Amino acid sequence: MDPTKTEGTEYFHQVVDCQWGCPAHTDVPEYIRLIAQGRFTDAYMLNRKSNVFPGILGRVCDRPCEPACRRGRVEEKPVAICRLKRVAADHRDDVKGLLPTAPKKKNGKKIALVGAGCASLTVANDLMPLGYDCVIYEALNKTGGLMRTNIPAFRLPAEVLDEEMNYILDMGVDLRLNSPVESMKGLLDEGYDAVFIGSGAPKGKDLDIPGRKDTDHIHIGIDWLESVAFDHIDSIGKKVLIIGVGNTAMDCCRTSLRLGAKNVKVMARKPRDFFKASDWELEDAEEEKVEIVVNHSPKEFVLKNGKLVGMNFEKMEYEIDDSGKITETRITGEEFFPCDDVVLAIGQDNAFPWVERDIGIEFDKWDVPIVDTTTFESTMSGVFFGGDAAFGPKNIIWAVEHGHQAAISIDKYCNKQPLEDRLPRGVNLHSAKMGIHEWSYSNNYDPAERRLMPHVELQKRFKELDIEVELGFTVEQTIQEVERCLNCDIQTIFAPKLCIECDACIDVCPVDCLTMTKNGEESDLRNRLSAPAENLEQPLYVSADLPQTGRVMVKDEDLCVHCGLCAERCPTGAWDMQKSELLVPFAKDEATETRKKAQPSAA
Amino acid sequence: MSYIAKPKVTHPKLPRNKLGLTERDYEGSVSTLCAGCGHDSITAAIVQAVFELNIEPHMLAKISGIGCSSKTPTYFVSESHGFNSVHGRMPSVTTGANAANRDLMYIGVSGDGDSLSIGAGQFVHAIRRNLNMCYIIENNGVYGLTKGQFSASADIGSKPKKGLPNQQEPIDAVSTALSLGATYIARSFSGDKDQVVPLIKGAMLHKGFALVDIISPCVTFNDHEGSTKSYAHTRQFYHHVVDMDYIPPAKEIKAAYDEGSSMPIELHDGSKILLRKVDTEYDPTSRAKAFKYLRERFNAGEIVTGLLYIDEGRPEMHELMGNVDTPLSQLSLESLRPAKGELERILRGYR
Repeated sequence: MDPTKTEGTEYFHQVVDCQWGCPAHTDVPEYIRLIAQGRFTDAYMLNRKSNVFPGILGRVCDRPCEPACRRGRVEEKPVAICRLKRVAADHRDDVKGLLPTAPKKKNGKKIALVGAGCASLTVANDLMPLGYDCVIYEALNKTGGLMRTNIPAFRLPAEVLDEEMNYILDMGVDLRLNSPVESMKGLLDEGYDAVFIGSGAPKGKDLDIPGRKDTDHIHIGIDWLESVAFDHIDSIGKKVLIIGVGNTAMDCCRTSLRLGAKNVKVMARKPRDFFKASDWELEDAEEEKVEIVVNHSPKEFVLKNGKLVGMNFEKMEYEIDDSGKITETRITGEEFFPCDDVVLAIGQDNAFPWVERDIGIEFDKWDVPIVDTTTFESTMSGVFFGGDAAFGPKNIIWAVEHGHQAAISIDKYCNKQPLEDRLPRGVNLHSAKMGIHEWSYSNNYDPAERRLMPHVELQKRFKELDIEVELGFTVEQTIQEVERCLNCDIQTIFAPKLCIECDACIDVCPVDCLTMTKNGEESDLRNRLSAPAENLEQPLYVSADLPQTGRVMVKDEDLCVHCGLCAERCPTGAWDMQKSELLVPFAKDEATETRKKAQPSAA
Repeated sequence: MSYIAKPKVTHPKLPRNKLGLTERDYEGSVSTLCAGCGHDSITAAIVQAVFELNIEPHMLAKISGIGCSSKTPTYFVSESHGFNSVHGRMPSVTTGANAANRDLMYIGVSGDGDSLSIGAGQFVHAIRRNLNMCYIIENNGVYGLTKGQFSASADIGSKPKKGLPNQQEPIDAVSTALSLGATYIARSFSGDKDQVVPLIKGAMLHKGFALVDIISPCVTFNDHEGSTKSYAHTRQFYHHVVDMDYIPPAKEIKAAYDEGSSMPIELHDGSKILLRKVDTEYDPTSRAKAFKYLRERFNAGEIVTGLLYIDEGRPEMHELMGNVDTPLSQLSLESLRPAKGELERILRGYR
């Protein structure tokens, strides 16, 4: 293999698994270190830089970082990254003085944002400080979009939502509630410099089987949750069936319990391995005694004298091959489940009945707008999409990243710069060495297991609809959990010229990730390392030829615990631990003025 | 030296041996030697060898004298027996231990100072007795603990970090052992674990005195240009003559080997070592030829490595003395002590 190219590329970024997994590239190890130092405000602000809503995301993020976390491979459970984010949010001081502000002198450009959800608010967060006037159109009488209507208050309290939304709105955003956009054409005619559509995916999927239209006790999940959130619905029958096993289904079943249901079953067509819901949401629902029934496919709604009495399901059997794919499906019988109400939570779509199809915004065959994946521009210049509105339902953290990118595009568009001319990401490296055995991070491996989130007792939590179930980590839990982080942003950097091939690093490495061997093809090398490198998603860090024997130093990044012992045992300083900082450009960095200043003058 | 101990976390797929232990279970406390010391590599090689031989830690005794090398038994197999003795006295302490309990396996770790200067007399007599042990010399040519003076194994012309080059004739542990009749003699280099590990395994299973002389560069006092025991110098003049593979009992030698360039040697426990001769002229079973060859290569400035001499036929100490098979430590006092009448009879024989 050729020596690993680390210059200017994103090699070091991908070593930081959590940050690589996060759509918004949140600097997870750094904020965990700040929490460990008790610097909660700094940790909060570092989060806010990339993910804008740390308090919200610290509760309800989809956490792509956690399955990516190296700790989950070294032992079983990843670091409780999301819970720690909430610690930073819960314990921060007043951050008002640290927030971005809008300049007094505006730049004269006016942007329309459709929908007051996380995508639009992120755009406003990035553009307001640059002097833009932002106008948000919201159909409902409250901000937050699906974060407020679809995520129950017992998971995400309204105060948390309002506080973080207001940080942005207080910059002087022109928020227009109860103002559904009825016509895209009409909006365009108002002469905005650019339009951003962040209206989400508000259409819940229906289930067209016999009996569907004969009763009003069948509810579309996200509409039903919205009605509950706005106090239009405050009760449900004793026996409830939820159809579907995504995260919305989990919110529906737990909300049902709080509205008076006594017996709630979640009905799944497939076995557990195929569930869409996150593990932790399933666990929380099961803790509340929700029964999850697998391998039952809905057949019909059963009514007696015009009243819903239950549902018939087909019992399913599946053949599953070694790779986990279903190869054969069989129906083995039928089963009746009694119920008073049914909630359908089988997915949602984005819908744009208000966008005229003849004005230049093109839609594909699934009636989804065609949007550029880098610039988030639609086929009509000056009109941008982001969040669930762009590519269908994803999650909050993706919507935030879409917002950041769209804000960059909008600024470029308004300044007549090419949208594709975007700054590359960069990496800064500096040594973490503080003394002979001192590092600027906590390098010892702490064998502590993942801390469990304390919950409000079962008997107490159903009294009100909005009692937040998760209590947040205690001080002791926080102290333990921060030490579980493996500091993957402290990179192992190797200088082959200095190596005398004494084997010290190899002998001391606790997880056998280093090898000095004859070079070869990657597939061959992976098999003859100290421990076979079987995780193909994790790169090998290969050095240039070593001076004395011409062998190469190979590091399998997969299980490195970043303890720094290789660097401590190295007599020549060939290994060093260096803190890497990922530089992600935001709208303020991309802004024409900033870039002009950064460029050396032509003279 | 490191302030944090090697973390207990391991690779989840770390192999286990027949006892269900991993290599990590054979480690000791963290080394306090200089970072990059060759001795630490040898420690790692011992850990690997003992792990691969499925040795129960309580069946192993590790004994040493004084010096950097003699500190290292602390760094491997912490569940085994150990004795850190007086300078140069490792061989006699091992002799005593072995005399009392012949069932244990003995690893003696010594250095060039400990074995070739203050302990030279002890070293030669352990060979004479053909004491059943694995005797490792971690050979760096200097006294590291006292700031790098030349030791008895320093080569003529080798330059110190400061001061004048060495002028005195070196004592070569390998040819000394050969002339004294040691029955397993090997030389290697700490930077070549592929060679060191099988040599240690063979030495541990060999019945009788097994010497493994390992060039082990001192990174602090003897790894500069002009030193003949540096990493760079050793690599440059390194000459494998006989490589060996260790083949456990009940496993057949599968690989085809050429007569003349390879030869299998059976050890007393039924396992085998397969010698792979890089130099086909070399005969590791002939003392005279080995001696001649070693001198020639030495004069040519080469560092000859591998299993240089082996003789599985000679009796070891207990056999020479006609001792019982049961370790003396396990015999009751009555069976060890001659009865009153018997003692009288023995004494009469001398009158």
